[in-house]
Amino acid sequence: MSHFLDRLTFFRKNVATFSDGHGVVTNEDRQWEESYRQRWQHDKIVRSTHGVNCTGSCSWKIYVKGGIVTWETQQTDYPRTRPDMPNHEPRGCARGASYSWYLYSANRVKYPLIRRRLLELWWAERANKGPVEAWAAIVEDKAKAKSYKQIRGLGGFVRAKWDEVEEIIAAANVYTTKTFGPDRIAGFSPIPAMSMVSYAAGSRYLSLIGGVCMNFYDWYCDLPPSSPQTWGEQTDVPESADWYNSTFLMLWGSNVPQTRTPDAHFYTEVRYKGAKSVVVCPDYSEAAKFADLWLHPKQGTDAALAMAMGHVILKEFHLAKRSSYFEDYCRRFTDLPMLVMLEKRGNAYVPGRFLRAADLQGALNQSNNPEWKTLAFDSKSKEIVVPNGSIGFRWGESGKWNVEEKDARGGEKTELLLSLADTQHSLAPVAFPYFGAEAPHSFKTTDHAEIQERQTPVREIMTKDGPVLVATVFDLLAGNYGIDRGFGGGNVAGSYDDNAPYTPAWAETITGVPREQIITVARQFAENADKTHGKSMVILGAGLNHWYHMDMIYRGIINLLVLCGCVGQSGGGWSHYVGQEKLRPQTGWTALAFALDWNRPPRHMNSTSFFYAHASQWRYEKLDPEEILSPLADKSDLPRSLIDYNVKAERMGWLPSAPQLSSNPLHIAAAAKAAGKDVATYVADNLKSGALKFATEDPDAPSNHPRNLFVWRSNLLGASGKGHEYFLKYLLGTDHGLLGKDLGHEGVEKPEEVVWHDEAATGKLDLLVTLDFRMSTTCVYSDIVLPTATWYEKHDLNTSDMHPFIHPLSAAVDPAWESRTDWEIYKGIARAFSKVVEGQLGRETDVVLTPILHDTPGELAQPFEVADWKKGECPPIPGKTMPAVAVVERDYPQTYAKFTALGPLMEKAGNGGKGIGWKTEHEVDFLKQLNGTVTKPGAALGQAKIDSDIDAAEVILTLAPETNGEVAVKAWEALGHITGRDHTHLALAREDDKIRFRDIQSQPRKIISSPTWSGLESEHVSYNACYTNVHELIPWRTLTGRQQLYQDHKWMRAFGEGLAVYRPPIDTKTIRPVEGRLTEERKSVVLNFITPHQKWGIHSTYTDNLLMLTLSRGGPIVWISEDDAKAAGIVDNDWIEAFNSNGALTARAVVSQRVPAGMCMMYHAQEKIVNVPGSEITGKRGGIHNSVTRVCPKPTHMIGGYAHLSYGFNYYGTVGANRDEFVVIRKMENIDWKDGPREQVTTAAE
Amino acid sequence: MFDNINQILFGLYPYVAISVFLVGSVVRFDREQYTWRSGSSQLLRRRLLFVGSNCFHIGVLAILAGHFVGLLTPHEIYTAMGLSVEAKQMLAMIAGGVAGLLCFIGLTLLIYRRLSDPRIRSTSSAMDIAILLLLYAQLILGLSSIFVSAQHLDGSEMLKLADWAQRIVTLRSGAAEQIADVSLIFKLHILLGLTIFLVFPFSRLVHIWSAPVGYIGRSYQVVRRRGGASAIRGR
Repeated sequence: MSHFLDRLTFFRKNVATFSDGHGVVTNEDRQWEESYRQRWQHDKIVRSTHGVNCTGSCSWKIYVKGGIVTWETQQTDYPRTRPDMPNHEPRGCARGASYSWYLYSANRVKYPLIRRRLLELWWAERANKGPVEAWAAIVEDKAKAKSYKQIRGLGGFVRAKWDEVEEIIAAANVYTTKTFGPDRIAGFSPIPAMSMVSYAAGSRYLSLIGGVCMNFYDWYCDLPPSSPQTWGEQTDVPESADWYNSTFLMLWGSNVPQTRTPDAHFYTEVRYKGAKSVVVCPDYSEAAKFADLWLHPKQGTDAALAMAMGHVILKEFHLAKRSSYFEDYCRRFTDLPMLVMLEKRGNAYVPGRFLRAADLQGALNQSNNPEWKTLAFDSKSKEIVVPNGSIGFRWGESGKWNVEEKDARGGEKTELLLSLADTQHSLAPVAFPYFGAEAPHSFKTTDHAEIQERQTPVREIMTKDGPVLVATVFDLLAGNYGIDRGFGGGNVAGSYDDNAPYTPAWAETITGVPREQIITVARQFAENADKTHGKSMVILGAGLNHWYHMDMIYRGIINLLVLCGCVGQSGGGWSHYVGQEKLRPQTGWTALAFALDWNRPPRHMNSTSFFYAHASQWRYEKLDPEEILSPLADKSDLPRSLIDYNVKAERMGWLPSAPQLSSNPLHIAAAAKAAGKDVATYVADNLKSGALKFATEDPDAPSNHPRNLFVWRSNLLGASGKGHEYFLKYLLGTDHGLLGKDLGHEGVEKPEEVVWHDEAATGKLDLLVTLDFRMSTTCVYSDIVLPTATWYEKHDLNTSDMHPFIHPLSAAVDPAWESRTDWEIYKGIARAFSKVVEGQLGRETDVVLTPILHDTPGELAQPFEVADWKKGECPPIPGKTMPAVAVVERDYPQTYAKFTALGPLMEKAGNGGKGIGWKTEHEVDFLKQLNGTVTKPGAALGQAKIDSDIDAAEVILTLAPETNGEVAVKAWEALGHITGRDHTHLALAREDDKIRFRDIQSQPRKIISSPTWSGLESEHVSYNACYTNVHELIPWRTLTGRQQLYQDHKWMRAFGEGLAVYRPPIDTKTIRPVEGRLTEERKSVVLNFITPHQKWGIHSTYTDNLLMLTLSRGGPIVWISEDDAKAAGIVDNDWIEAFNSNGALTARAVVSQRVPAGMCMMYHAQEKIVNVPGSEITGKRGGIHNSVTRVCPKPTHMIGGYAHLSYGFNYYGTVGANRDEFVVIRKMENIDWKDGPREQVTTAAE
Repeated sequence: MFDNINQILFGLYPYVAISVFLVGSVVRFDREQYTWRSGSSQLLRRRLLFVGSNCFHIGVLAILAGHFVGLLTPHEIYTAMGLSVEAKQMLAMIAGGVAGLLCFIGLTLLIYRRLSDPRIRSTSSAMDIAILLLLYAQLILGLSSIFVSAQHLDGSEMLKLADWAQRIVTLRSGAAEQIADVSLIFKLHILLGLTIFLVFPFSRLVHIWSAPVGYIGRSYQVVRRRGGASAIRGR
């Protein structure tokens, strides 16, 4: 009753004594002990997870007490694995365990926020105008627009009302759609697997109004282009449990304990089981301590190491002593037996394109797609055969798209010939490019000739155009590795100690790794794979994939895995772990996310090209394509500069474009009608005549800007925005720290395909809207910030590539303060849009351009040469030589009705993915019963409702084969028609399984095997990529239908990347402009700028979390070596500045033995909002890690219209590499916190 | 006029202060158990705390004891024990002076530490700082009263003060009149002292109530019976 009175028990407190009075038994009040019990008491536990791009996807218990989330602990109730395997649980890490801090922290966005100046302008205009007119009055007045744009990022937010900000956003969207076109409205949100419904909310809204959804996997540079190149697959990897099946595990540039924390236990466990482990990493990372052997090559030279290992493996296991397992695997599952035509170049030959059936007289009886069927020799008859499985068999016929060892003509068994050396052949000199003779900065070079001719076994065959020499890919590959096979001639190595590319001795020079170690590791890797049939595995990641020539590093390693038969074998293969790209119920989700139930196609854009063009990064491009072209390239018809390549790729239908054309796409259909032409012809004709242009041809023209940008589930400006300062200057029009000069001011040659304006447009975006639960760097720069629900306040779905489970995010508590879930926010915007658009726009026809897409019949578009209609090399044919043209009807006032109902196209057009289609009537009926139907008259009358976030989750779960067994069986059946094999046994056992949202809330559920993925979910094997290719004989979705080590596209050959080679990092030339000018007065060092993933955050999330800040140094840090620190007079914890012509950043130095000299490491995405002082050089606040980077796209990633090298959203396209950058580092003298009044700041900006 | 003010400040105010002090302490102890603590900042920074805190606590405990004994012990008891008024005055000045000086050194260090150390400063509440400054002011007043007392070595002033205190605690009237003519320093010292009593329940000073004195004499092992007093009452 009363603590005080309870204490007044002096005389009756002690009731007994013991131990001779040394002890006393008391009767005193023990109520205070309750506080300890209550500390761990709670009202309920709710299962949720963290929607952060970490691949963890861990199940968590969220504790709620008195309506408040108190803490979280790891769930341990994952379904068990098998008796011979460790279990998945527990999964989690320190970052996840600190998440609940955010909910009630000062950094939580609690109310809708708007830039005060914008709100005041809005009030003034809205007082006497309609919403759209009011918005027009603001953005069309230069002074008014500038007044709010120029203070972006400099404070000035006020609290706003939901209704009001919804109306402003809707007005901006309607105005932009009407004036410039819906493709001037873009949205950036990454990694749907983090929170599928939240992603879908925004993308559904954008797709309904015709806005642009921007990709992220390429932009993050997490997409390994080598994967689509080799396998025709975006990325598919083994789950972490499969590490336990490996017996030789290499970690190559991946820091498993730090960046895959919840999975690392499998690595530890397999070490106890006896697996050998080699860790390759330039710095002494946390992973290095797991290694039996730690190799530390110079950063960025990994391809040289891989090439030398390939040299050893090829020589010892394929040539000197032949492994029968390897040979059989390579013959059946790789393009190594395929024939390549050789082209005469001077006195020698160069590898050309694959020989196709169409090249031969009579096309070997192939009437369907003969130009897409590759050929090989039969090893017995020595005659040319048409092996099953090449991409020509995928489309237009059925039953032969498989990798059975059969000749497609008669179905006879055929064993393909790997090397012509085993049969009658002649020898010809074949020239290979060598790139290791030149390298920037501190990278080592060798003085070998840049053209290496090597004797290669060839055979002459008769094509319909005359006699041609052909060679197998195997023989070309052996030639490329420079192995002496006894054919005579030069440039080959008989011994590993020869100084010739690509011997271990040569690699020692480039990488610094001793040759003995290279030989040993290669030998053991292959020996293990030979004995275990493929149980050698390489875990690799962003450490390698963020280099400009990442595909060369990766393909060098992939060669090792393929040559050793590891890919598609349990415990073996290529384990590329970067972001959480694995959206397991993908095909159920795409319908919802891109509103495919209402209209098709959606507008997609590759962000790298988008930001390269529209953040004006191309205006500073210093990389001349000539520098990276092969010495053997035919340069005559190649574009001049990188943006020219991109423009060309867009118009040839290779890459998407957004904004698309120079005119409003809502006006094109009417113009076509007036001209009496159908829309596609009209667009083609007008592009040809020049009346229509692509927006990218003049990115600075006001009509071609992106105007509105939505950012949600992302910290674009605080994390992934490569070229941060360019974003600030050109897209936002605010304070920036850009130090370099553009091409105009440098007075150098400018691109030829793009209009040059001396005065570039700045502040291109009229409106930047960000949804977040925390005040991130992006929020700080936005015009409107919308408070969103945290991961403990909404219902959603989450999957990962690291395990086979599907997890829910659950609302443990309601969204705090005025926050709302993403689904409700976009619903609100859709509602406001539908209202504001009345009287402005009605039923409109929108002309949508799409590039030639992978996994569609269209991917068989451009089989041989690169032909540009603009140059008159071919006519513009939509979908064939230029983008496809589609007309989409948009009923704008019905946007909200459509948003909240499942549209009729699901029944009419069906569903599918990755080239497999199936019908969905049954599932749609089910959803109508489950979610109810719309009774309100309008476009959605009678359709299934999608009102709440749970409704949306049920749509995904019902439509996806991975979560609905019935659909899985249907999908396998559909694939069976194409392959001619029965695959339904893979899902039949689970046909009646339907995973619903409440199921996964009660316990994580294992998903069901689906043909849109290449691994199996079963009780017998762990998920392993390409498993069904090898074990179900389903072809890879490449040109040859096999794992393709040779890339025969003309641009691939022009850039010398037909086969894997070593390429040193590129020279970004960002140091020279600041050298002298800024480096004279103080001691400084020039270092390679490496931005790995960190320990105290997941990208930028958690880097502002007090708990994580307390564990780390509490602000931005850059790691440097002791030698470099000494040279620059820096001691640990000094404030330093890192800069180059892109900009400058400030941080503290961590001086550590971990780091090798010549490089520095800045964990990427440390928020600009925490502990960042002003830069001495720019005079502005110090930047983020991306302040010193700039995007530099690679032309080979723009290739399209060519089987597996065709565009796909997040599948293939330009990637945002950033590892080749160098910075100057010096100690700071003045630490200015820039905490004076804002006025001074803005005046300085003007 | 003067009498009224004198009556309010020294006749009435003491009861207000002591009431708030007692009732406030009980209420806080009952209602806000989690706030019942000394609020030590030792975890945040040890520097200066060891010396400062020990000097202060030893000094202030001696002073408190001196005030308690000196003011509330009836005069007759001293004389019976053979302690003359003059001697008692001398004793009070010397013992009080030494303890006060020790306390002064400690408090100076603690105030310096609390205000200058950024980590301590930013984790301090306004009351934490205010109470230190109050004590400091009170201590300085107390020390300066030594000089006043030095002019009254006969102890006459001391007797007036003791009389006032004894009248207050024994609820006798006429307390205020006893000290109507003592030095202003004493009056300020008394007023501030009463104010410290007044704010006591709202500050970290409540830890004085819970000083672990019992530890000195308790058994080595204490076993609390399951379901103690509160459980027995069937809460």
